[in-house]
Amino acid sequence: MKPAPFRYLRANTLEEAFAAYAEAEGDCRYMAGGQSLIPALSLRLQAPSLVIDISRLEELRGVSLEENVLRIGALTRHNETLHSPEIAKYAPLLSKAAPYVAHPAIRNKGTIGGTIAHADPAAEFPAMILALDAELEIASPEGRRRTPANGFFQGLYETGMEPGEILVAIHVPVFGVNDRCAYHELARRRGDYPLVGCGVRATIEDGVATNCRFAFVAVGPVPQRALHAEAAVERQRPDEGSIAAAQEALARDLQPDDDSETPAAMRVHLAKVLLGRLLREIAGNSQKAGLAA
Amino acid sequence: MSERVPVSMIVNGEEVERFVEPRTTLGDFLRTDLELTGTHLGCEMGVCGACLVLVNGKAVHSCLMLAVAAEGESIQTVEGLSESKEIADIQRAFHNRNALQCGFCTPGVLVTAHEILKQEGPLSREEIRDGLSGNYCRCTGYEAIVDAIEAVLQERAAKGDSAELAA
Repeated sequence: MKPAPFRYLRANTLEEAFAAYAEAEGDCRYMAGGQSLIPALSLRLQAPSLVIDISRLEELRGVSLEENVLRIGALTRHNETLHSPEIAKYAPLLSKAAPYVAHPAIRNKGTIGGTIAHADPAAEFPAMILALDAELEIASPEGRRRTPANGFFQGLYETGMEPGEILVAIHVPVFGVNDRCAYHELARRRGDYPLVGCGVRATIEDGVATNCRFAFVAVGPVPQRALHAEAAVERQRPDEGSIAAAQEALARDLQPDDDSETPAAMRVHLAKVLLGRLLREIAGNSQKAGLAA
Repeated sequence: MSERVPVSMIVNGEEVERFVEPRTTLGDFLRTDLELTGTHLGCEMGVCGACLVLVNGKAVHSCLMLAVAAEGESIQTVEGLSESKEIADIQRAFHNRNALQCGFCTPGVLVTAHEILKQEGPLSREEIRDGLSGNYCRCTGYEAIVDAIEAVLQERAAKGDSAELAA
């Protein structure tokens, strides 16, 4: 299908974008990479009167280290995230999840800010910023504000952003020497939306895990952390005993709905399998580093 | 209809200027306005990969980009890649290995193959398959496509080696 007619404006500054948004009285959409918006327009799931192209806003570009925080510009394309040496060094969970984000040609256009603002629960990066304790830098005509990623996702495609606001950057606390992370997902075809995806992060010192963050993709209406499962490993050795306890606890954390292809019980089962693999992987990493007994 | 707006871009090395409706995707613009029908539109939602073109050298779904948003960009379609002979060895390998049947997906597959083969270093068949994950082919079962890309990989590596020996 073809999109319904709309007007188009390429914003050169944030101010221009805000002014256009105000003029359209909200009957408009911001477009970054457009990889979710254009299919929605083509399917006529959305029919705004105005599309405001924010993809050329220079101030939303670039990756930079600011003290102990990595600032990732919202317009960083998935392919740039995949190959960025800074992200690999300071926020490696994003690098590890990036190969799973859609297909190569989508990664050439899609942006990290776009996927987070869109808040698709089956997208990888929204869940990963929960595991990373990231903060979001959001701009509005009134100025800038910072908000934690945890709590940002409020419902299906619903976030803590007010109408007209623009996500400018993602701030990620940099990885410490004892931090470990891993990502994996199960999909019917590489690059498709996963049946379940999971990213884990923990600090492992003397074989004991702290700061456990287990974030799941495609298990409900929002990307979410598994708090009970995290608690089962927190201050424990990530051994078979604590891993089994975490897997058991997942049933309390995840309540996915049945859908036509994937029963809820199957999704929870797959989530348990993934979590077990990932925790063994990060425990193994720490052994290689000589940190675990 | 909404008001047509001017857009200019470089398509296969030539500057083009047209007036388009903002809702026109780059794929429709190439096919309808420029009559470059080598680019195929299948699903029009970024799934099938038949519509891939190069935008500033990178593979992009022309169904997931607005023509107006391509202002100032350099686009290469399968026609341009064919005429410049950049993908002549890939096309030959596809022909030799029978890596197409109906041919609908082939323009997009060639663009992906071109991008895969630009990567440095050796590639496993698994990596070639990963690279092709965004292209649907309902005829070949992919095996012949992977074979063809692998053949080009080996051919180019052998050429590179002999060029080094000659130097």
